[in-house]
Amino acid sequence: MKNKKLGHPRGLAHRLRIRDHINTDYIISGRYKFRIRDPKDLAKYVFNDLDPEFHKKVKKGDFLIAGENFGCGSSREQAPLALKALGIKAVIAKSFARIFYRNSFNIGLMLIECNTQFIDDGDILELDEEKNIIKNVNKGLNIDIKSLPLIIKKILEDGGVVEHFRKHKGFKIES
Amino acid sequence: MAKTIAEKILSNHSGVELKANDITICDIDFCFGQDGTSSIIIDSFNKLRQDEVFDAAKFAMVIDHSSPSPNIGVSAIHKIMRDFAALKKVKLFDIGEGVCHQLIPEQGFVTCGDLVLGADSHTCTYGAINVLSTGVGSTDLAIALASGKNWFKVPETIKIVVTGKLPDGVYSKDIILSIIKDIGSHGATYKSIEFHGPVIKKLSVEERFTITNMAVEAGAKCGLMEADTKVINWVKAHSHKKPNPVSADEGARYSAIREYDVTNLLPQISMPHAVDNVTSVDEIADVRIDQGVIGTCTNGRLEDLEIAAKILKNKKIRPEVRLIVAPASKDIYLKALKKGIVGIFIDSGAAVVVPGCGPCVGTHNGVLADGENCISTANRNFKGRMGNPNANIYLASPATVAASCLEGKIQDPRIHKKRLKR
Repeated sequence: MKNKKLGHPRGLAHRLRIRDHINTDYIISGRYKFRIRDPKDLAKYVFNDLDPEFHKKVKKGDFLIAGENFGCGSSREQAPLALKALGIKAVIAKSFARIFYRNSFNIGLMLIECNTQFIDDGDILELDEEKNIIKNVNKGLNIDIKSLPLIIKKILEDGGVVEHFRKHKGFKIES
Repeated sequence: MAKTIAEKILSNHSGVELKANDITICDIDFCFGQDGTSSIIIDSFNKLRQDEVFDAAKFAMVIDHSSPSPNIGVSAIHKIMRDFAALKKVKLFDIGEGVCHQLIPEQGFVTCGDLVLGADSHTCTYGAINVLSTGVGSTDLAIALASGKNWFKVPETIKIVVTGKLPDGVYSKDIILSIIKDIGSHGATYKSIEFHGPVIKKLSVEERFTITNMAVEAGAKCGLMEADTKVINWVKAHSHKKPNPVSADEGARYSAIREYDVTNLLPQISMPHAVDNVTSVDEIADVRIDQGVIGTCTNGRLEDLEIAAKILKNKKIRPEVRLIVAPASKDIYLKALKKGIVGIFIDSGAAVVVPGCGPCVGTHNGVLADGENCISTANRNFKGRMGNPNANIYLASPATVAASCLEGKIQDPRIHKKRLKR
């Protein structure tokens, strides 16, 4: 979905029953990540142990909503890769675990840190990157987004860390 | 400016004087991947379009998570790793060698003061020997493999001081479980934890690895200890690399300081399905045990096997219980064989499997059935972790696992007090 007038990406919010500490084993179980190489195939198994139907509900450009410490546990890059392959535009959470945080930006999956208390499953959200807010269209709320360090912004703009590293022949940590 | 251990090691590797929250680029002393992460390391490395690795001697791959391969998909990944190792002339630890977090320090790849990246979240283990080691994803590792560098945010540090006298039958696993219970699974997110105090000093280096291994279960970037004589001697016995010990300065700035007196600590159990869901063994109701696991990067070392063997010697585990023992490395396996420990396990009814991660990651070697309960010396008990979302995983020390397998239910190991006297 796209709001043509403003050009801001819109998408549906998906929220699991578990809100906090959603670990990378839950995102993609070791049962699958050890034997499946293609992220598109992996995407069918996202949250398989929590909600086997989850992958059918997501449309390209939708948002995944969580509480604290999203992506804790294993370092598996298959977790953000599978979420991206599923079509998730961004994961929106109160906080993220460290390795998942780096991995996501490295592979070009956007993470948004903000208060997610008033975002429910099925809400329509609109991302306004200029104003640094998430608009909850259903509830008429504007939620402030925590700003990103420069290096992370650059990596995301460049489409991932591989592209960033090749473009700048290294890291660009200062403007 | 007075510095923490993390601030010092990162400063030493960036050539800039750093403080917490600075962002910098550092030189990496060593990096590695395992069979769950290496195929993406190789993909990302190839995408970087660089012909050669930065330094073939500073990289290794370990086949430990699904080893030997249980299916065709994993076999394909192992083959990609073997081919890349042969092509780039880098070190590969193939099946049967052991768990990466045992092999990297044991085989002498790291020394005090080093900065190390591993494509595995439990890379924080080597903090016990004064190495700032941290887990990253595969693409971050590929950047280090290609350039010898990566970018870092300097973490703030929580100082933990462990005091008192550790009772018989209570171990470093119980200490770290009780700390994680207190600070929670994201209580140290993005932070470094420094472990200090007289109890830490008394622990062997092997026991200390158990503590730093689990720092990430509180969200930490790294868990660090100072290099005392025990550490220096341990490193010298395993590595040709010169130790460069790094201590925290007097007056270093900590985001929090916490003290734990372990004098009255009881054996701890982490209950399903979260590592910080911890209780004392005396507070847990009868829990039937179907399977026990002794091993993994947390507790698969020789001392762990010795403690379990002391309890199991001349006894039989309950017939309805399976006990799986996975030594953390080939070296440990051989030493355990020589000491008669492997024989004690087999006589007790246990199955001793190939050195590696064993059943911890749920791909093979003891996947649980619906409704089963497992007590394990591992570090994670997430729903589905051991391959079945309808099973329950409890985490404990090797002593508690061994004692529980003898009873068929979760059991306080202190009933074997005479056997467990330090």
